[in-house]
Amino acid sequence: MTETLSSDEPQAGIPEYPMRRAQGCPFDPPPTLRDEQEKGPLTKVRLWDGSRPWLVTRYAEQRALLADPRVSADITRPGYPSQSSSRSNSIGFILMDDPEHARLRRMVTAPFTIKRTEALRPRVQQIVDDLIDDMLAGPNPVDLVESFALPVPSLVICDLLGVPYADHDFFQDNSKTIINRDSTDEQRAGALGRLAEYLDRLVGEKLDRPSEDLLSQLAARVGAGELPRGEAARIGVLLLIAGHETTANMIALGTLALLQHPEQLTALRETQDPKLVAGAVEELLRYLHITHSGRRRVALEDIEIAGQVIRAGDGLILPNDIGNRDPRAFSDPDRLDIHRDARHHVAFGFGVHQCLGQPLARMELQVVYSTLYRRMPTLRLAGALEDIPFKHDGSVYGVYELPVAW
Amino acid sequence: MKVTVDEDKCCGAGQCVLLAPEVFDQRDDDGIVVLLDAEPREPLQASVREAADVCPAAAIRLSTP
Ligand code: HEM
Ligand code: SF4
Repeated sequence: MTETLSSDEPQAGIPEYPMRRAQGCPFDPPPTLRDEQEKGPLTKVRLWDGSRPWLVTRYAEQRALLADPRVSADITRPGYPSQSSSRSNSIGFILMDDPEHARLRRMVTAPFTIKRTEALRPRVQQIVDDLIDDMLAGPNPVDLVESFALPVPSLVICDLLGVPYADHDFFQDNSKTIINRDSTDEQRAGALGRLAEYLDRLVGEKLDRPSEDLLSQLAARVGAGELPRGEAARIGVLLLIAGHETTANMIALGTLALLQHPEQLTALRETQDPKLVAGAVEELLRYLHITHSGRRRVALEDIEIAGQVIRAGDGLILPNDIGNRDPRAFSDPDRLDIHRDARHHVAFGFGVHQCLGQPLARMELQVVYSTLYRRMPTLRLAGALEDIPFKHDGSVYGVYELPVAW
Repeated sequence: MKVTVDEDKCCGAGQCVLLAPEVFDQRDDDGIVVLLDAEPREPLQASVREAADVCPAAAIRLSTP
């Protein structure tokens, strides 16, 4: 018996996922991920439920598998490496496969094209300038997350969707519960339910009184019988959460990282070159990689890759944070260097689920990074780095608070 | 260099338009790729190659005639 157990269960060497970051290295992925990457492109990890999905740590294999149609993002399939025991898909097409995924995604792609997001740039610049005016006129020091990092993307996505910004406490609190890794299933389901109900009510209002926003377009499809109303609400929930939490964390964590690299902050503050700003955004996306719970997938067929066979039904975890630090794809990967070419990073994922909002996120971050430090040239941390509360518990990484002075 | 695009695969993430706006555009109603120039000349070819590499959906194919 014991023998069978020990030969069948070589678990001692299998690390648990998710892993911890090292003390004092808040910008680096967990060291165990780097160890696994050095062992080989595919290893195994153990999850909360005892299951042992593949861990894919190298850039090339991550891209190949995320783009492979034999790999599914459907959370309801057996073998999907779920973060908790809840397997319901209540947040739109991010957990669905083509062709249904593509059909729904295409319904909401129009406002996120390069042209449409460029047209929004002056409006975003206005939002950023107004918030900086308010900070300069208000108390000093201040929490940058509360006063700036969260309001910028929240105001933008509210405009775009047609959600009243006055409700921001409500949807920000519920989003937080949904993406916190420590929330119980009941807490997460409750928060999702409240947001879905809220969006459903808004879709209903837009059916009666349409305006120029994305929810009105979805409501029109509901009216035309192309889309169930519940699905429209779920897409609204996905866009609302994805649209503000991610960008907000990039603004605050990016500022903190730049404050630790003052010569790069100065270069960014003093440049007039939009190319340098755009390059800095790509490098910060690569280096910080905030969606740190790994892309999660399940194999639909046997797949041969890197000398291994992934069996149909095997779960896959692809942590793009370590892919973005793969020395095979980026030289000296643990160094932040806003002058490098980082455009091929996988911070927005890869494959057909690659971030829909990436043109918007890029533009928002370009406006923020090219404006904030120029208008607040003496911006500095009010307090010590050790005291900053990091979101180790969130499926989106960042800081809960960032006290700054100027 | 000859370029072809696969509209069925495209997920409208816009990476190609960002890198080579002379060669790629997106449809207004659903963001799907529109090929503006099927035989781009230098100096556009490097950015077209980069676009094909970063296209998340493998929707851009390059061939040398
Ligand atoms: C810096 C900010 C952002 C980062 C780092 C980010 C990251 C990501 C990643 C990694 C994925 C892939 C998920 C997967 O493959 O499983 C994703 C998907 C998605 N993102 Fe973003 N995102 C950001 C901003 C935004 C914004 C502003 C929006 C706007 C609404 C948005 C909307 C979406 C949507 C709808 C999906 C699902 C796409 C699909 O499944 O087809 N994101 N994002
Ligand atoms: S990069 Fe690929 S997926 Fe994105 S718009 Fe261009 S062709 Fe489509």
